[in-house]
Amino acid sequence: MEKENFAKRYGLLIGTGLAAGAAAVLLTYLGNPDNMGFCIACFLRDIAGALNLQRAGFDAEVGTGIVQYIRPEIIGLVLGSTAIAFARKEFRPKGGSSPMLRFVIAVFVMIGALVFLGCPLRMVIRIGGGDGNALVGLAGFVIGILIGIQFLTRGFSLRRAHPQSMAEGLAFPVLMLGLLGLLLAAPDFIFFSAKGPGSQAAPVLAALLVALMIGVLAQRSRLCMVGGIRDAVLFRDFRLISAFAAIILAVLIGNLALQKFTPGFTDQPIAHTEWLWNLLGMVLVGWGSVLLGGCPLRQLILAGEGNTDSAVTVTGFIVGAAISHNFGLASSGAGIGTGPVAAAVAAGFVVLAVISVTNMQKLEG
Amino acid sequence: MVDARGYSCPTPVIMVQKAVRDGAPATLEVAVDNQCSVENVTRFARNAGYQVQVSDLAGDFKLTLTK
Repeated sequence: MEKENFAKRYGLLIGTGLAAGAAAVLLTYLGNPDNMGFCIACFLRDIAGALNLQRAGFDAEVGTGIVQYIRPEIIGLVLGSTAIAFARKEFRPKGGSSPMLRFVIAVFVMIGALVFLGCPLRMVIRIGGGDGNALVGLAGFVIGILIGIQFLTRGFSLRRAHPQSMAEGLAFPVLMLGLLGLLLAAPDFIFFSAKGPGSQAAPVLAALLVALMIGVLAQRSRLCMVGGIRDAVLFRDFRLISAFAAIILAVLIGNLALQKFTPGFTDQPIAHTEWLWNLLGMVLVGWGSVLLGGCPLRQLILAGEGNTDSAVTVTGFIVGAAISHNFGLASSGAGIGTGPVAAAVAAGFVVLAVISVTNMQKLEG
Repeated sequence: MVDARGYSCPTPVIMVQKAVRDGAPATLEVAVDNQCSVENVTRFARNAGYQVQVSDLAGDFKLTLTK
């Protein structure tokens, strides 16, 4: 019976990967930007824009920037996780595991992701779309994870989390409900891009439903892009990485079917060809995500389960996105940003190194 | 007992891995506080040749690993 259970769990991961890949193709077909059916980094950045925390590419004529929108995908992923966690009695408010350090790490993970132009999930989706630059990003991502693992095996930990109140655990999911209200009511003080990637979006209801479904599956399967490579290296456990491969496969098939598969490095949708920065950006993301215990998608799912450390992390992502765009650190299709990109990435490495080294401890039983 | 309550994965698995590698004990008790860690520790322990029993520990989980 236990063996059967094991096989079932393996199937769930591959099934989740295939579903997430198919969902990404579908959402792009329905209006999301190319190779951006899902992108946790980009979508949190769009939400930062909707709240006017950044207005990158501001066009006075239309009165908006190019990446401002409350992405229902984010809301759906979190609330899907919350719903299934409650249904399975896995909703357990907890937190207090170095929240401020997590916030800082998250800011730099987001800066790295926006130098590359995507979170690990979008990296995988870009690979499935034929974007060679994403393979360079993958190389950086793996390097970053390997660096992070060196600290993990030497006792790195952001220390224990502790049980929290129901109100504390519910704050983040409720915040998502608030965002959903703002999306539907669309008051004047919320900004929705009139042009640019922020203006390209699948219909709200479709995006919300698809994301709810993926949120449920991701919570059940513990889907994580960082975990896939980490567990394969650390424990020779290839379950999570099988989902990683399944996403690429589903996206590839979907893109081939829609004749959107365009292999190459140049003229890829919302991507640039500066390989060094694609690489270094994803080293930051990989390393930082290992320290955080999961990729940005996983942080959303955990925040939905009542993990307030992950909720703080997502808040850090949003602030990091605002910093990236306000200080010209984020890349665009034209190349890297016009701000102090090198200084910001270098600062990121210094900060991650300091946090990694100073949080190694003997993990007492 | 390896008390990994409050830690999120992969730390609990690393703690168990270390305990197994250091002493190769015939039995080992592990405490974790979330279902995800129950699954991950269980999978690791089975691969290392242990049988795993899960029981309740004041609202958390106790895993008993036996060779």
